[in-house]
Amino acid sequence: MDLVPQLLFTGLGIGAIYALVALGFVLLIRAASVVNFAQGEFSMLGAYLMVILASELGVPYLVALPVSVLIMALFGVLFAGVTYWPLRHRGQLPVIISTIGASIFLSNFVLVAYGPSPQVLPNLFDSPGIEWGGVFMDSQYLAIMVAAVIMVSLQYLIFEKTLLGKKLQATSQDKEMASLLGIPVAIMILITFAYSAALGGLAGILVAPVLFVSVGMGAIISLKAFAANIIGGFGSIPGSILGGLALGVVETFGAAYISVPYKDALAFGLLLLFLLIRPQGLFGERIAEKA
Amino acid sequence: MSAAAIPSITMAVPQANTWRGLPGLALAIAGVFVLSFALPQSGYTLNIFMQAATYAVAVAGLVVVLGYCGQISLAQAAFFGMGAYGVGIGTVDFGLPFFVALAAGVGVATVFGILLGFASLRLGGHYLAMVTISFQQILTLVLNNWTGLTHGPDGIPSIARPAVPGLRLQDGDHFLALCLVVLVCVTWFIWRLKTSRLGRAMQAVRDNEIAASTCGINVFSTKVVAFGISALLGGLGGGLFAGGFAYISPDQFTFAESIVLLTMALLGGVKSPFGALLGTGLLIILPEWLRFLKQVYLAVYGLAVILIMVFLPDGLWGLLGDRRRAGPILSGAVPPLPLLSQVGAGVGGEALRIEGLAKHFGGLRALDGIDMVVRVGTVHALIGPNGSGKSTFINVTTGLYRPTAGRITLAGRDVTATPAHLRTRAGLARTFQNIRVFRGLTVLENVMIGAERPGNDIAENPAAVVTRALAALDFVGLRADAGRIVGALSYGHQRYVEIARALAGNPTVVLLDEPAAGLNPTEKRELGVLLRRLKGHGLTILIVDHDMALVEQVADHITVLNFGRRIADGPPRDVLSHPDVIAAYLGVPAPNPEATDADYAVT
Repeated sequence: MDLVPQLLFTGLGIGAIYALVALGFVLLIRAASVVNFAQGEFSMLGAYLMVILASELGVPYLVALPVSVLIMALFGVLFAGVTYWPLRHRGQLPVIISTIGASIFLSNFVLVAYGPSPQVLPNLFDSPGIEWGGVFMDSQYLAIMVAAVIMVSLQYLIFEKTLLGKKLQATSQDKEMASLLGIPVAIMILITFAYSAALGGLAGILVAPVLFVSVGMGAIISLKAFAANIIGGFGSIPGSILGGLALGVVETFGAAYISVPYKDALAFGLLLLFLLIRPQGLFGERIAEKA
Repeated sequence: MSAAAIPSITMAVPQANTWRGLPGLALAIAGVFVLSFALPQSGYTLNIFMQAATYAVAVAGLVVVLGYCGQISLAQAAFFGMGAYGVGIGTVDFGLPFFVALAAGVGVATVFGILLGFASLRLGGHYLAMVTISFQQILTLVLNNWTGLTHGPDGIPSIARPAVPGLRLQDGDHFLALCLVVLVCVTWFIWRLKTSRLGRAMQAVRDNEIAASTCGINVFSTKVVAFGISALLGGLGGGLFAGGFAYISPDQFTFAESIVLLTMALLGGVKSPFGALLGTGLLIILPEWLRFLKQVYLAVYGLAVILIMVFLPDGLWGLLGDRRRAGPILSGAVPPLPLLSQVGAGVGGEALRIEGLAKHFGGLRALDGIDMVVRVGTVHALIGPNGSGKSTFINVTTGLYRPTAGRITLAGRDVTATPAHLRTRAGLARTFQNIRVFRGLTVLENVMIGAERPGNDIAENPAAVVTRALAALDFVGLRADAGRIVGALSYGHQRYVEIARALAGNPTVVLLDEPAAGLNPTEKRELGVLLRRLKGHGLTILIVDHDMALVEQVADHITVLNFGRRIADGPPRDVLSHPDVIAAYLGVPAPNPEATDADYAVT
């Protein structure tokens, strides 16, 4: 087998996960100016819900998946109520700190409930995968990629073609104006939280068979999603998707050609490099505060 | 005015009293010496105290960077680890004396802290949180994997304590006493820092970066210094920790520990060194008391962080009441503002000269070749309809935006490429349309920051800074509110604080950006009176406003902008009857039905 296309395939698969989480992350930044450090915990919770439903209760996989995602959406609303709502008028820093608190709480809560040993979720499909053009395509990676394409297209359709999407966009661009136009801004923000948590949960469920379901997976995924965002351009939707894919590929090649233990350091190093040299990322964000 | 009254006023102001708290410091150190006879020599209790004392030093660092300067750092455990590994590697592998190794560890931590501070150049809030987390994670990876240097996951055992003849620091209780003395000194330092010039600059940066830079504060270097001090204290705490426990390993310095340190600071109150002590003590001792929580203690920490943010924004120490509410009563006369002193020198000369100033935003020409001269001792008004470029003009002139073309000369010096804080240094002061005060500081402290403008005659003399600030408050009539937190004042009074802040810096030119905006009619009348008084004192003022009544009352000279161009310039009577000005403000009775606004801009 050829190594380079194989690595590219794996990298894009992992990158698709980062992109999905980063997408949920970026929506919260745009809708509520919330930088959510517990984004990865959404994925972790989604994966554990799946463990409970599919592995422990024996619910069929294709029922358990939408149910888990739905529960995650409800959880997103709860999350907003606790970490964002009481602090929404106090600036960015208190909300950042409270989401960090939430991230610590959630991962350790699950640690107490489930212990440190990783749980295993079976692949979505029974078939291990297919071989095509010298590249072995793992069925789970294929599922991840297909799901990512579906979610991104769906999101595009909702945001660009529906009234709800327009309202969400209006809210993210100018809350005051949106509320003057009769858009229920609070509800739009809650919807964004719900959607963001659902997206994170889905990503967690999809990646679970690859990474194992563990308490620590949330923190790693959070950081990768954040890095994807910075690389792509903070607050940019296409940027976070491309950033996620790029990060997945760089990481996979780095692990193969440089060093496995420093695989994560590579992502952080790339992140620091971007922050220092091109903080607006590939797709740029409007920075400057207005005087 | 009695000359004797002045020293007594300034002595009553903590900000001006160099020796404040030294007796308390001496007493605390003496207390540690007495206590050292009662300290446990070994065992469990000693360990608890040792952990609390060394952690508290690191938490004090968070007070500086997060509490004072408002910059989030989630890597304090990394700096703590650098100090600890400095001592561990230095004493065990290189056989260095303890204090030399400690200095090396602290030095490495400080250098990395400063580097992280550099990252804050363009990056606020979330970026910084991310940079510090990444830094923390990379350090953990390095500690675990660079086995040759760090001994890897096994850690470094048998770290020796310092050997100082006569002090018996090898004994646990004596080493703990050393840690406590360090902690007491650090706490005193942080407490004094808060009311020092540097501390005020940090708090100004925290509350409003733009206003800080227009007060002459170098925002970037202030942040870098805050990061440096914070990392230094982190390293110091870590070095002592290594000596105290004689064994270190990578898992003691992870991201989770950074969160623990952050929680300690937030719980106690991140804006006060005593809050940090309280928080550290509680979070070290509480888990020991609540042993049943051991299993879930990190979950409880996480929950505590959220609850503290929601219910205790200033921590437990903040609950003990606002200790600044009363403050000393600062009655007594002070010398008046030296406003008249700058007159005489060059009345009629050029205070500010603008030539061909342009600012384009993409295709939009917000300013398109403006010329004007503000003369010393005059009140110059800049008016124009909405969107005519007034705000852009002020922001370019004060250095917040870079001009596309043109030249700005301040008192004969070309400042076109000078950053905002250096223009302030050269004598430019301003107020903001949407008020920018330092909300967490007192009225007096706000105005002191103005008086401390680098380049001001009295900036280096703490006592004179206080009297100058009080004089500025006298001038605007807010003396009685000197000890109040600015955020609690009415909007109109906050505007006066801004004006007093500008005046206290003894500026060459004051730019007032729509000072009447948002004021009610009474407040507007009072503002008019204040401006006429300033005019009477011969201050050079450039005022930008819509309010024609106000402008007519005070202006000696008016420049009118429309669509980024100057359409009129001259004495008020001529300008206000100029047909183009009337057209710009009221429109014209359309002689040509196809004429558009743009036609009037092309003159």
